[in-house]
Amino acid sequence: MSRAVDRALGPVALGLVVLTVWLGLWVTPPDELQGNIVRLLYLHPALAWVALYLAFGLAALSSALYLWPRTRASRWDLLAASTVEVGVVFLSLTLATGMLWGRPAWGVWWTWDARLTSTALLELLFIGYLAMRRVPADPHTRARRCAVLALLACLDVPIVHFSVQWWNGLHQGATIDAGFQFHVHGSMLWTLLLSFLAFTCVFAWMVRRRYQIAARSEEVEDTELQAALVERRAEGVR
Amino acid sequence: MWRDAALVCGKDLRIELRSRVLVWQVVPFGILALILFALALGPSLDALRHGAPGILWLALLLASVLASSRSAAIEATEGTRATVRLLGLDAAGVFLGKVLALAVQLLVLTGILELGLLVLFHVDGGRLALATPLSCFAVVALAAVGTLYGALVAGTDVATTLLPLLVLPALAPVLIAGERGTASVLAGGGPGRWAIVLAVMAVAYLAVGVVLYGPLEDPS
Repeated sequence: MSRAVDRALGPVALGLVVLTVWLGLWVTPPDELQGNIVRLLYLHPALAWVALYLAFGLAALSSALYLWPRTRASRWDLLAASTVEVGVVFLSLTLATGMLWGRPAWGVWWTWDARLTSTALLELLFIGYLAMRRVPADPHTRARRCAVLALLACLDVPIVHFSVQWWNGLHQGATIDAGFQFHVHGSMLWTLLLSFLAFTCVFAWMVRRRYQIAARSEEVEDTELQAALVERRAEGVR
Repeated sequence: MWRDAALVCGKDLRIELRSRVLVWQVVPFGILALILFALALGPSLDALRHGAPGILWLALLLASVLASSRSAAIEATEGTRATVRLLGLDAAGVFLGKVLALAVQLLVLTGILELGLLVLFHVDGGRLALATPLSCFAVVALAAVGTLYGALVAGTDVATTLLPLLVLPALAPVLIAGERGTASVLAGGGPGRWAIVLAVMAVAYLAVGVVLYGPLEDPS
């Protein structure tokens, strides 16, 4: 990523989020049936899109690339770790905004609907991944284990996606379906599409920053190790 | 691959016969879980009968974590992995062998827990016997997931605390299908589609395990 794009990403993401908030809260009308709680539509689907498909999709891809001997490199492990960490944040926000919507719409904060349950399990699977990353081990062993774990956890993503069709629970179907048929119109549609773009940019910026931090801490660890080795060798010579 | 699987399965079962971890630790833990869940539900016979399928599967799941941990610990002992590599055993064969050995142990455990259900929860024994296909498919799924996740945490200092966190969310679908199927059987229906769901899960977990166990054990 060029330095200009890298620098511009943060402000662009922030600008798009501010624009989404302005359109979502002040410009778009309330829904005929749901009233003002429909404004969560400009947060919840976009957060879910980023977490489920972007973050965990990228985590699965980079983990597979790490496990494949020809493409094995530590950058794929770092990318997987960064995307999962950010993905867990977005998935937590997805669940939280879903609960905020569920309380007025369904009368409860939580219900054992297939979509909700499979999403909560996905969150726990990736929390397990983050726990595994913190287990002391040599970098290659940890990377290999985490790559396998990420692929296993990602098996739940299609279940979450299709849960609405398979089990016909309380959760509504897709707002934008597979054939790009939109079920919202006018300013609501444009704000919804903008929210997808805004949170995609926020995700890209967060992953970029997280990856840079992870790469630098790896460099620091390597440098410290080399310095310790040099010191020990010097002691041996004396 | 199948020959290697039979060798590893035989080895794990022989170790179990000598160490008796299943008999002295896993089975008592499963029965203890049944009793504790019954205490939590209270003395009402209706509540016990109603909760029996869920409690059976929850006790089985929790006990299977112990059994998986034990199965992984066998491979984690000093020099075992190196020996397996020196013998040139196929990774998929090792995985299938360990799954088979664990599934046999879990099947024994399921039988004992079902007996506990008859005695403690007063369920109909004849109807419970109809749930056997569910148990057979479920133990294969449990064993496949347990073996794979056991290998993930094997050799780490935090294996005992990390394994339940990793494996239980992955086993939740087995719990749901097993509970729904057993409840359906006890209510007078058949295992039907829930047995198919568990069979699909068992095959899927086995396939994923065969693919991923190799990279996990690969030292390169």
